[in-house]
Amino acid sequence: MLNRILAPLSAAWKEATDSQVWTSIFRHGKPVSNRNRALVMMSNVFLHLHPVKSRKAGIKLRYTWCMGGITFFLFLVLTFTGLLLMFYYRPTVEYAYADIVDLQEHVPLGIMRELHRWGAHAMVITVWLHMLRVFMTGSYKPPREFNWGIGVVLLVLTLLLSFTGYLLPWDQLAIWAIAVGSNMARATPLLGTEGPLSASLTLGDISLINAGNDARFALLGARSVGQPTLLRFYVLHCVGLPLVAAFLMAVHFWRVRKDGGISGPM
Amino acid sequence: MIDLFKDLVNWASGPTVLFTIATLGLLAAFRFTQVWSKTSAKVFFVVLAVFYTASMWDPDFFLIVAKPDNIPITGVIFLVFFFTWYAMHQGIQNDRRSAGEEEVLERQESEKVWVWPDLVYTEMLAMVILSIVLLVWSILLAAPLEQPANPADSPNPSKAPWYFLGLQEMLVYFDPWLAGVVFPTLIIVGLMAIPYIDTNPKGNGYFTFKERKAEIVIFLFGFLILWCLLVVSGTFLRGPNWNFFGPYEYWDVHRVEPLLNVNVSDFFWVKLLGRPLPTGGFFAALMREWLGILMVGAYLFVLPVVMSWPRERFPTGLKWLSCHHYFEKMGATRYYLGVSLFLMMMSLPIKMYLRWAFNLKYIVAFPEIFFNI
Repeated sequence: MLNRILAPLSAAWKEATDSQVWTSIFRHGKPVSNRNRALVMMSNVFLHLHPVKSRKAGIKLRYTWCMGGITFFLFLVLTFTGLLLMFYYRPTVEYAYADIVDLQEHVPLGIMRELHRWGAHAMVITVWLHMLRVFMTGSYKPPREFNWGIGVVLLVLTLLLSFTGYLLPWDQLAIWAIAVGSNMARATPLLGTEGPLSASLTLGDISLINAGNDARFALLGARSVGQPTLLRFYVLHCVGLPLVAAFLMAVHFWRVRKDGGISGPM
Repeated sequence: MIDLFKDLVNWASGPTVLFTIATLGLLAAFRFTQVWSKTSAKVFFVVLAVFYTASMWDPDFFLIVAKPDNIPITGVIFLVFFFTWYAMHQGIQNDRRSAGEEEVLERQESEKVWVWPDLVYTEMLAMVILSIVLLVWSILLAAPLEQPANPADSPNPSKAPWYFLGLQEMLVYFDPWLAGVVFPTLIIVGLMAIPYIDTNPKGNGYFTFKERKAEIVIFLFGFLILWCLLVVSGTFLRGPNWNFFGPYEYWDVHRVEPLLNVNVSDFFWVKLLGRPLPTGGFFAALMREWLGILMVGAYLFVLPVVMSWPRERFPTGLKWLSCHHYFEKMGATRYYLGVSLFLMMMSLPIKMYLRWAFNLKYIVAFPEIFFNI
């Protein structure tokens, strides 16, 4: 009985995988032979981030926790959901909040914003845990010193991405979190109005650093969190920071391979 | 009975007690490594889960923990505990193996396997599970949206996003130029410098504790206590005016905390000599702050040199200060870089305890140029 259903299905599957379309996409047979297992890794642009073979201990879940992979997956989820959100969101003081309310109230079963927000929180945590794992296995040690440094920059970029995104809903939670966070910049030594030694930067009687040109102003594009800040954070959040992060991720993954793959006892 | 328990938890969550308990607990766990066993992990997680669940019946606890943007903090608590345990547990198992003339697990399994299917399937499974978790989380819990932004109405407390609350908590003890600018920079630089400072060739590519005790103790103290604990207490235990509130306490906006903070200069000039602080001009300010400047200078520039001395040069009772073997092993550059970063990191707990013990506000205070330490 079961065979009656399965037989035509497997015939259809065979038909499909033998077709010109399938064989033009996948240049090798099913990855059941060792030759094809090697070919699938080498001929697929996404899979070729991996080597063909790897040390058994290194790819165990108990060793890597898959935390780096999960972080990368979350980045992809965030890119995709963020793109969809960009269709509906306008980064102006006038529309931003209303657009978020619209997303919430006029999209039945809409969870894009939820996926984006919770995914972002999760990514911050998985980056920490990935770093914890890399530290606890001593994987930053030679020859992987440089890649650890890239990883630290990626941690900072993750936090900045989350921070810039935090402002975009333009609600009370958003602007005051950014206000509190960016107030720090006012205290930058030399470059902030309330920073040590900045008062000593003078030209005759004119002090060079003031609230209209200090580090905080550069961050906000204004003297307080306002329209220029929203636009600035939007551009950084949607274009600037993701581009830099994607670029550094490419370097990060490349170096994992070039430094000998997933770490293991030397 | 329950009230007594709640009072006890509220008391134990206070910054002083919580920080001290957590630090001593962590150090004890490094000393008595048998606590990283499966049994104690199970007991610990059950206790934590029961405590957490039972506390949900308390309205004040529920109010703060159930805030949508605070959900990640609950995640941080459980995940960080679990993965720290998991890493230490595997490290100690490996240490037992190498003590018993056996090879560490990662070396035993050094044969190569095909990435398809062994790794690719794991990644696929991780993606599927994570997608389900994210979807369920997103369906069950709406993303927060408060009232429209109003620059004229600042909420009390105003909090940064949760992952920066460790830094915001530091503002209690340091001025913004340190807590918000210098320390974050040092954290980033310090993290990047780790592989270049740490010359210990052991423990590369496998879990271990015994072979890299100092590195792990310092890193986990920084990550667990100075970062995660401050993030958690900054989120859950800091209420209006950044005052401390226990997990079962109502966030009373009108609570007033007495602030009787004094500077080192007050201690020296007013309390010790019984004279007013020197005033008038640059040199008077320098004279006012000479003791604090000396203390900071000694801590940052003299102490590293002293610590590089061999043990014989220290009087009994202070011999533990000697880091001579590190100086020998690492060489001068790495030693001074590492020790300086370490002392910078330790300046946070030191300043915390100075505040708690003496109400100390500033060691060096030049409010004229916003240069306060």
